[in-house]
Amino acid sequence: MIERKVSVMVVGAGPAGIAAATKAAQLGLETVLVENRDILGGIPLQCVHPGFGLHYFKEDMTGCEFIHRLIDRMHRAGVETIVNAYVHSIEFYSQLEKNVNVVTQSGILRINTKTVIYTAGARERHLFELNVHGDRIDGIYTAGEAQTIMDLYGVLPGKDVVIIGSGDVGLIMARRFALEGANVKAVIEIMPYPGGLLRNIVQCLKDFNIPLYLGHAVTEIIGSKRVEAVKVAKVDEDQRPIRSTEFEITCDTVVIAAGLVPNIDLLEKIGVAVDPRTKGPIVNEYLETSIPGIFAAGNALVVNDLVDYAAEQGEIAADGAKIYIENCGIPTRNWTRIKPGRNLRFVVPHYVSRERDVVLYARVQKPERNVYLSIANFKAKMLSLRPAEMIRIKIPFNRILEDNHRVISVEVVPYE
Amino acid sequence: MKKYRVVIVGAGIIGVSIARVLSMYENFDVSIAEMEPDVGWGISKANTSIIHPCHEEDPERYPLRARLCREGNSIWMEWVKELDILARWPGELMVFHSSEEEREARKYISFAIKNNVPGVQVIYRDELQSYEPTINPDAEGALYAPTAGMISPFEAVIAIAENAIENGVKLIVDTRVSNVKITNHSVVGVDTNRGSIDADIIINAAGLYADHVSHMAGVARSFYIKPRRGEYIVFDEGVDIKPKKILHTTPTPTTKGVYAITTVHGNLMIGPTAEDLPVDARESRTTTENGLSYLLKEGGRILNRVPPPSKIIRRFAGLRPEPPQGEWLIEVYTDPFGFVNVAGIRSPGLTAAPAIANYVLKLMIKKYDITLVKKASWVRHRKSINRIRELSLERLDELIRKNPSYGKIICHCRTVSEAEILEAIDRIIKIGVKPTVDGVKFRTTAGFGKCQGSFCRWRIALLISRKLDIPLHSVVIKRSPYGLGDVKLLLRSRMVNKT
Amino acid sequence: MNSSEIISGAKEELICIICPIGCSLEVYRDSDDIHVKGALCPKGIEYAKQEFLDPRRVVMTVVRVKNGDLPVVSVKTSVPVLKKCINDIMMITASIEVVAPVEIGQVIARDICGANIVATREVKKINNCD
Ligand SMILES: Cc1cc2nc3c(=O)[nH]c(=O)nc-3n(C[C@H](O)[C@H](O)[C@H](O)COP(=O)(O)OP(=O)(O)OC[C@H]3O[C@@H](n4cnc5c(N)ncnc54)[C@H](O)[C@@H]3O)c2cc1C
Ligand SMILES: Cc1cc2nc3c(=O)[nH]c(=O)nc-3n(C[C@H](O)[C@H](O)[C@H](O)COP(=O)(O)OP(=O)(O)OC[C@H]3O[C@@H](n4cnc5c(N)ncnc54)[C@H](O)[C@@H]3O)c2cc1C
Ligand code: SF4
Repeated sequence: MIERKVSVMVVGAGPAGIAAATKAAQLGLETVLVENRDILGGIPLQCVHPGFGLHYFKEDMTGCEFIHRLIDRMHRAGVETIVNAYVHSIEFYSQLEKNVNVVTQSGILRINTKTVIYTAGARERHLFELNVHGDRIDGIYTAGEAQTIMDLYGVLPGKDVVIIGSGDVGLIMARRFALEGANVKAVIEIMPYPGGLLRNIVQCLKDFNIPLYLGHAVTEIIGSKRVEAVKVAKVDEDQRPIRSTEFEITCDTVVIAAGLVPNIDLLEKIGVAVDPRTKGPIVNEYLETSIPGIFAAGNALVVNDLVDYAAEQGEIAADGAKIYIENCGIPTRNWTRIKPGRNLRFVVPHYVSRERDVVLYARVQKPERNVYLSIANFKAKMLSLRPAEMIRIKIPFNRILEDNHRVISVEVVPYE
Repeated sequence: MKKYRVVIVGAGIIGVSIARVLSMYENFDVSIAEMEPDVGWGISKANTSIIHPCHEEDPERYPLRARLCREGNSIWMEWVKELDILARWPGELMVFHSSEEEREARKYISFAIKNNVPGVQVIYRDELQSYEPTINPDAEGALYAPTAGMISPFEAVIAIAENAIENGVKLIVDTRVSNVKITNHSVVGVDTNRGSIDADIIINAAGLYADHVSHMAGVARSFYIKPRRGEYIVFDEGVDIKPKKILHTTPTPTTKGVYAITTVHGNLMIGPTAEDLPVDARESRTTTENGLSYLLKEGGRILNRVPPPSKIIRRFAGLRPEPPQGEWLIEVYTDPFGFVNVAGIRSPGLTAAPAIANYVLKLMIKKYDITLVKKASWVRHRKSINRIRELSLERLDELIRKNPSYGKIICHCRTVSEAEILEAIDRIIKIGVKPTVDGVKFRTTAGFGKCQGSFCRWRIALLISRKLDIPLHSVVIKRSPYGLGDVKLLLRSRMVNKT
Repeated sequence: MNSSEIISGAKEELICIICPIGCSLEVYRDSDDIHVKGALCPKGIEYAKQEFLDPRRVVMTVVRVKNGDLPVVSVKTSVPVLKKCINDIMMITASIEVVAPVEIGQVIARDICGANIVATREVKKINNCD
């Protein structure tokens, strides 16, 4: 067993982890970044489409280009990285002592670290989480899997495709299949509104005349050796399929793009408190979890539609690690709990000190226009909010200072 | 000594167990013909996995079933050690909620006495929690049977097949028996989709299709198998409800018991349902909405709490081969000479499999007047693939130093290394099977975890493609290839069509 | 199948994608001018006219690679191309194969529909002796 001592251990080299490690190194902390795959980069590696980096680099790049630039910058900052390194377990000993056990091809690496920044990303929801009945046959892919085999390994999964889920991932995959000459028969969305950006509705579906079924669900998959058809039905307000409306679409391929879930098994094992709304850890404004010195960022914290925010969270966590190490723990504050109020699905972070400005990330439950986002005395005008687009907003601390409650709620309120 | 050429039809738990038993002797030259691409993809793959104590078998109505079940329970304790099969022996509790149910449960005490099942007793509510903390506190009591165990059924088939093949048995997959050839009242061979195979003895262990095969030989013409579907739900390993013991409801005349167990792989599993299907629906392994809600409800009767449906990571269904009157058809025929039926092996067939194999051999010796000659070199033991998941970090560290490929993790959810996957591929090839992603999955449990393969399926496929030196798109997942071709296939064909 | 649930590619009705409001725009041409209805701001009018007269897209896909550590390399058009050229570009990417190594930014094909096709990923050369 090889033992090492560092100040910051970053788990997972996607955009959040790379940004966190870069920032931590720039802050003068001894940092090591480990990645399970044989290559750094995470999800953007498999993304050949543009739409990355508009906020972060003020430039529209493809996923591959974005991550290339991010990695270049990290190397210049002098971060040590280890690939083919799987974080097996985290052990908490004390404020400034945690052990992270890493499986590598040269043996077990035991890293003794003061802080951990956990950026292991998210996993895709799969068939069995969708209440789809029927046969468990070949021809069913998750979107990320389809994307990986097409765009990294040059494999065409199928030719008549039905996509479950109209989030950006589903829309982008619809276009990818259509571009390569496949017949994308339908995108099926259980909600009454599309889950992705308008830009993607236009450029991924309308451009290719791909039908979008809103308020519909795939209820059953049919086939013997490979998918032959899916059954689709309208759903009622509670998202239950209405059987009388059921119809079949023949296809040989089903792509599941039904969202992501933070991949936090390792954190759950050491007892990190989890927010049932985000399915990620509960954190304070430094993105520190309920276990001291363990920070979370990126999709492992909250599923981000924009890579820019994932990277930003990595940097916030690195700042947090610095403060943590300097003070032997995040200094105790009179924490105020932030709760999602009217028309908000979640708000992250969960606790704020109200002693410094804080970036809030939130998502609405339903699309709504002409509203304010309101928290204590702070109000921001928003012309249109949609669940597809995560809200990111910086709140000046003096605007939430007066409210003296232990819990303050963030709400979406219509214009008077 | 006459050497009999034996063809076993079907590589399920019954077929491979018989093959293993026959492989101990010089008298037999055994082949197994299996229509699926791998072993154990029939009934033996999807069941509750219980090694029953046998207090539920009525010794008057089903004397053979009761006897072989009881014997099988003991033999498995040996076989799982010899063959390194994942197994646990936690005992079971048949939970009752009312005095009628209690009466039904108590009936099995008398069966236990007659079947010689040790340790069966009733436990009442005040003590139940100390036997099983996850049990529903409303339960009045439970019938405890300490000799109940469970195994990984698909690994059991694989382990037995590997051992039998090491001892000289030949496995021929992708081979469907379509006809039994008979000359002068004796079997002479079988026809298959891949040509015919000569044989002196044909053993029908064809599971759901055993009636068809029996009819091919012209025997038991009124014997028909009815499929009865059983659905299951499997929860994420991380849920906090993990019964230590095997729990199940008390069967009633109309409903069969539903089980709630922690599988040998560590997941809470609830099932099965029982749904009679039309006689020809023998591939109907569809899961249904009703099945799901029934299992959640029944699970709630057994457990103090059922985890939310959002924690379900997999649903599947198996088909029971229901014979007429529930009677197993185990018979060695003299007309046609050489034909053997081991048909309609419904539950507790998994439990009884090793005992059935011994019993079939005994019948054959008697009917065909065989004098057994033991093989001098018969190999009793088989090692399972090294599982790093079960190792301490120290042991893993040593292993990686010997073979760095154990240090490369392919399946995150279940911590399966590249070395395990490569070994599984090797072993698949060694028994004469074409590697598939599903074949690897059943040998390593890679892809069994909460992501259900979305992280690891393509990596496993890549390893297979490299090993076999074939393009990634032609790697078979279960029954069909991963992709249609390279990503430009459709556009190129358009080009051709234009010119 | 109910066609009202389908968002189809009608020419005169557009969704503005410039900002998250997503105004529904109606564009039509009469004898001498192009008219846009439904826009809340001038950017929408601009967008609608552009989409109506000269819709353009960046096309991204992959191209096969010989002797690379990956069998394909991701590529995009250097500038947005006319929507009607998308198919031609795709056909060209289907007919070419490049040889590794490929550098990020490397031009794979020149001057197609007014754009170059450039690599957006690096693909290393592998030694073909193992
Ligand atoms: C299909 C798709 C399209 C997208 N399109 C866009 C877009 O157009 N524009 C945009 O801005 N954003 C887009 N996004 C979102 C963006 O990609 C994500 O927000 C971002 O990648 C999240 O970064 P991350 O670092 O949190 O996670 P990831 O990128 O998932 O990285 C996590 C890393 O952790 C590693 N890891 C996990 N577990 C372990 C372990 N135990 N040990 C070691 N390493 C581990 C993983 O291998 C992985 O490399 C898209 C996402 C998807 C899925
Ligand atoms: C839902 C369910 C739950 C159960 N639970 C338990 C339990 O907990 N404990 C227990 O002891 N038992 C249980 N059983 C019973 C047990 O699973 C079966 O008795 C046992 O698996 C039967 O094995 P088999 O080898 O006869 O059948 P199979 O496993 O089906 O094997 C037969 C093989 O023959 C092949 N085949 C068929 N026709 C042909 C042909 N013409 N040519 C070539 N090959 C052919 C098939 O492909 C198959 O692989 C359960 C069964 C079910 C369905
Ligand atoms: S027209 Fe103006 S306000 Fe309306 S969506 Fe376009 S940019 Fe936004």
